[in-house]
Parts: sequence; structure tokens; C-alpha cells
Amino acid sequence: MLQDKDRIFTNIYGLKDKSLKGAMSRGHWDGTKGLIEKGRDWIIDEMKTSGLRGRGGAGFPTGLKWSFMPKESDGRPHYLVVNADESEPGTCKDRDIMRNDPHTLIEGCVIAGFAMGAHTAYIYIRGEYIREREALQAAIDECYDAGLLGKNNKCGWDFDVYVHHGAGAYICGEETALLESLEGKKGQPRLKPPFPANVGLYGCPTTVNNVESIAVAPTILRRGGAWFASFGKPNNHGTKLFCVSGHVNQPATFEEAMSIPFRELIDRHCGGIRGGWDNLLAVIPGGSSVPCVPAEQIIDCPMDFDSLRDLKSGLGTAAVIVMDKSTDIIKAIARLAHFYKHESCGQCTPCREGTGWMWRVMERMATGNAHKKEIDMLFDVTKQVEGHTICALGDAAAWPIQGLIRHFRPEMEKRIDEYTRKNSGDAPALEAAE
Amino acid sequence: MSVRRLAEESVQPAEFKFSRDNAAWAKATIKKYPKGRQQSAIIPLLMRAQEQDGWVTKAAIEYMADMLEMPYIRALEVATFYTQFQLKPVGTKAHVQVCGTTPCMLRGSEELIRVCKNKINAQPFETNESGTLSWEEVECQGACVNAPMVMIFKDAYEDLTPEQLADIIDTFEAGEGESVTPGPQNGRHLSAPIGGLTTLAGGDSGPAAKTKEPAAKPAPAAAPAKQVEGKQPAAMEEPADKDDLKMLSGVGPKIETVLHSIGIFKFEQIAGWKEEERAWVDGFLKFKGRIEREEWVKQADALARGGVEEYVRVFGKKPR
Repeated sequence: MLQDKDRIFTNIYGLKDKSLKGAMSRGHWDGTKGLIEKGRDWIIDEMKTSGLRGRGGAGFPTGLKWSFMPKESDGRPHYLVVNADESEPGTCKDRDIMRNDPHTLIEGCVIAGFAMGAHTAYIYIRGEYIREREALQAAIDECYDAGLLGKNNKCGWDFDVYVHHGAGAYICGEETALLESLEGKKGQPRLKPPFPANVGLYGCPTTVNNVESIAVAPTILRRGGAWFASFGKPNNHGTKLFCVSGHVNQPATFEEAMSIPFRELIDRHCGGIRGGWDNLLAVIPGGSSVPCVPAEQIIDCPMDFDSLRDLKSGLGTAAVIVMDKSTDIIKAIARLAHFYKHESCGQCTPCREGTGWMWRVMERMATGNAHKKEIDMLFDVTKQVEGHTICALGDAAAWPIQGLIRHFRPEMEKRIDEYTRKNSGDAPALEAAE
Repeated sequence: MSVRRLAEESVQPAEFKFSRDNAAWAKATIKKYPKGRQQSAIIPLLMRAQEQDGWVTKAAIEYMADMLEMPYIRALEVATFYTQFQLKPVGTKAHVQVCGTTPCMLRGSEELIRVCKNKINAQPFETNESGTLSWEEVECQGACVNAPMVMIFKDAYEDLTPEQLADIIDTFEAGEGESVTPGPQNGRHLSAPIGGLTTLAGGDSGPAAKTKEPAAKPAPAAAPAKQVEGKQPAAMEEPADKDDLKMLSGVGPKIETVLHSIGIFKFEQIAGWKEEERAWVDGFLKFKGRIEREEWVKQADALARGGVEEYVRVFGKKPR
């Protein structure tokens, strides 16, 4: 189990002093200048050694991402954009970083900015996080006052951090949609290539990183990549903020080592499953976009990218949504289908039309007003949406339904049987989904 | 995606103007972006307009487009794309946004929606009869470990039971929403587990015991305080021409009575409060900084100097 001395976010609950002074007393902003003096290559190598994989859900190696930025500027400025548009259902870890431990993020911005030759960072925070935005802005102001940010600052790298916010669009968590939104447009994802590292914000080289990926960087560099890599299984290193919601006795956000078994995670930090382990039905282990995993498969599974991928699911943002046997799982997934229908940006036809279609069929599946062969048709449609859109929202909408059909098809058929029996035994008339 | 249109012409005001403070704020905000990229400020500016007027009017959208030198259609696209912008008037005292996405649904958000339907209106976005309250079901608000939750204006109220939500709605209806402490309503501290800390329990540094954002249940506003910091402001006898303190944003009938009980009747008195007096009243009312946040002194000063007119000039809206 991870010990407190190895936790990066030492004030995640805001029980300690949140000010710059308090953050410094806990070791943040310690020797930032020294880290920068070690040079860009050292920082990127150390990040690669740490094995840190991006914390926004896709798990792309952070050090590698930083190295994609052009080494020399061609005259265009470089930008660091921090993705704080935390909107994935189940996820609320960045919220606690920004409201309670904001200095980890700000220091990370300076270091990451230096490593990619950027003098400006924009932190794009979701519109609903108003108090979090205020807390973050207050912390940034403190840093300007203390000479840690701005021109000729104490860190030895001119750097400005600006807070920008959205207005309630999930899709703006997709990096290119985020850049569009930051440019003052509708948040509709861009086609790639060109990738943001070449043509990003305002047409300039840009790297977009999740809040947690940036916020852990200073501690990794201070303690060494090898220290971070000592946690978790190979290729899944480090510590991670988990947020466990749903049917556990004590839902909570906390930092743990990667690859901790699911059972230990729940028993140690969340007071167990509501009604005991026998009452566990299924778990969505990484935010709403990943397929659910039935109880028997997940109980002893290590919580990391690769182990969960082997279960045809994923770690995503480590937002664990637990469902006990009182859950109507078909309805729960149907609600997620509604979420994706609501959040589709409308740009690609398979997603715009598909998310609505899938939701309407899922609603009928939830009541049982359907034919069994429609389950196959639904699965088929999810496969047609998946991979046929510019961004991953189409995939994200398809996967939860695929997971449901894969693991709970008998449940869906039972629902249809019950409905059919109750309604005079006739099979329901085929109903168009439009 | 959701289809969103502007409100009917009949409810659209003829023009929009930022208040003096907001105009200055807008100027500073535009400066955050590189030269020629002022369009980037459209979302923050529209959001500020919504805070000022309660919803985003057509006039406001066009005002922003002019200000940022962008075509109207681009500004209209932004206003209709982002669902946090309210395109028609919502409840003046509270617009309750209930998160209904699966993590909240698993913990009872459907019950919360039922409360809203019963207490406010059977339909979302429709106000109650007096126009003071409205509600909507929103998608994930990012407070899933504190499910179920609602957001009212800038604050989240988490770990709710239906009864608590009903109480909160009543409190907002009475104009005293500020007396409800935001955050978890079941006594836990933010996102920490309710049964006690499982991590970071040791006091490695800093004062761990003191919490700045208390997770207390809604405290009664007028609890007699035994020891409060600061200095009690000078009291006065009840004058014949006492002011209507309820005009201050953040003061309802209940709080006005409490203020009367400590001899505060006139705007001039509040306008003259120094830091230690503000601290005392804040402690007495158990407000945790609300006096500063709501700028009571500035509000009272404007009302004392020039009444409603001056208030509108400074704040860009009428006192309620």
C-alpha cells in the first residue's frame, strides 16, 4: 500500500494550509529553478524514465508527448494548454487538485512549459467549476506576487499562466475541440493530422496535457523518475488519483499506487461494497466511456491500464463507478447513452445520428419493449459508429453499450421476455427508432 | 447534441450593457489572449453577461460580437452550442441544476428531480408561478464522489437527500440561499471518505485540524455566538426612517431581523464597517466570508450615497 510519504498530493482534501506558504512547507516549489537549470533533455528523459502515462484517460506517455514539440521555435510561440475540462462521468480528481492543491499544477506548468519551449500556459477549466476556478486563480495571483511567474521570475524561465473556462460542453475535453473552444469557437474536434504539436492553438505548436499529468511532474523530477517507476506494474507506473463513486459505503477521492487490486482499493479506502462483496454486480472502472466489467472478473484485477485492457475495458481516468445488485444496469447504461447523445457535437454523422439512435433503442431495452434480434442490431450499429468519427466520442458512446451486451445479454433478454409476457404474450411490434 | 434556440423576441430586452465593473473586467480578460485573438474571450464574456442579467440575451450576444470584432453568427454559434448558457430567463432566486448522469443516478438523483418537479414546475426550464425558481437536469457536473448533487448558481450542494434539497429550495425561495453552506450536506469533508481519513491522516506539516471549508450542515443563521473575532459595530436605536436592508444582495428577511437585533438599521452603518467589524458580523452570523464575497459594504455604500440609481450604476443591476 502506498504510504503518505510517497503521496504527491499531500493536501488533496484541503485540510492543510492551501496558500503558497503552506504549499512550500509541504515541499512544493522547492528548487524549481534547479530543475529548470538541468535542461530540457534531462527533464524529458526523467519523465520518460518515470513511465508516467497521461492521466486524462488515453494513457499516452507524457514524456514522449513533450518530446514531440519542435526543439527550436520557427518564430511561432509555443503553448502549453492544460486540460482541466474534467467532464467524464465518474471523474472528479482534477477538481480536488485545483481547489485544494493548486500549486502542484502551477509549478508543473512552469516546468512543462520550459520542457516544451512555451512561455504561456492556458488552463482550460470546465465552466461548472466556478469555485475551483476562483481558488486556482487566487493561487496563480499568489505566485505572481511572489515572483514565481511572469517575466524575469525566480524560476529562471519567463512564464505566464492564464485561466480560461468553458461553458458546459463535454466534447471540449477532446484536445482539438478544446483548442477550438479556446479560440472562441464551437467545440468541434479538428481532423488530425496536423497534430497540435505542429499546428495547435492559434496555429502554433501546442501540447495539451491533463491536470494530473502536469501536477505530478515537479515531484517526479525532484524525487527522480525511478522513484515514480517503483510503483505499479511494468508499463503502468506511478501513483494515481482514484475517485470511487456509486454503491460503496464511503465514496471518496484518494491517491493510490497503480496496479492495486480492486478488492484492496475498495476495502481499504471506501469501506467496502454496499451490502458486502456478494452484492457487487458490475464496475465501470475508468469513467463512463469504458465498458463495464462484471463482478467476478474485476474483484481481483489490478487497477491499471494493461490489466483492465485485458478485460476489454480500461483504466481511463480511474473514475471507478461501482454498481451493486440493486442496480438496473440496462437503465444505467441507457442513461449514459443519453449523456453521449446530449454531448455529441454534431459534426460527424455516425455520432450525431448514432448516439441518438442508440439512446432511443437503449430506452426501449430498459423497458423490454424490443425484439431480441434488435440486440444484435444495436451491437452492429455501435460497431458502425466506433472508429468512424473524427474524435473518440463516437467510440466512447459505443463502448458502454458493447460492454453491456457482452456481459449482460441474458439480463436484456429476460427484460424483453418479461415485457412480452406482461403485454398479452404478443411480440411487440417492431418500432422504428427515429 | 441538443437543439437550442434564442428566446422569443417578446422577452428579449432592447439592449445590453456591461456594468462599469464588468466592462473593466472584460477589458482585462481580453488582454489574456494574444493580439488579434480577442475572439477567445467570447465564452468568459458571455458568462459574465449571464451573471449580470441572469440569462444570455440576444442583445448581449450581439454586444459581445461587436466588442470582439467577430461576426454575429460566430457569437450566436457559441451561445447556442454551450449548454451552460441560459437562452431564456430562469428563476430569479434559484435555478436548480440537478445532475442526472449515471453516477448521481445510482445514488438517487431521480428522487431529487422528483422534488424539483413537485416544488418548482413539472417541466424543466419553466419557472414556478412567481418566476423565482426553475430547474433543469444537467449532465455530469464532476462531483461524482459526492453524488447526488445539485448546483445553484455558483455553488454545488452535494451528498443530498430529497428532504435536504426541499429545504434548500425553500431557503433560496425565502431569499436566504446564502445561509446554506455549500458542499457536502451530510457532514463529510469535501471528497474525503465519511468514515474518517484513510490517507493523509498524519499531520506531516501544516495545521491539519483547521478546515477552511467546513462541511457542516446548514447552520441556523442567527445562532448566538459566544466568542467571535473582531469588534462589534456600533449599534443605534431603531430610527423612524430605517432602510430596507433586504435590498442588499445576500440579506433576506431572517438576516435583516438579526441585523436589527444588533442595532443595524441604516445603509450608512454597514458602509462604514471596517475590517474588524466585518469580521465580527461575519463571525456572528456564521457566514464564513459572505460579507466580503457579496461586497455588502460596497453595496451599502452605493445605496447610502445615491439609492437605487447609484446601485444600478455601480453594479449594473437593480438591488432586489
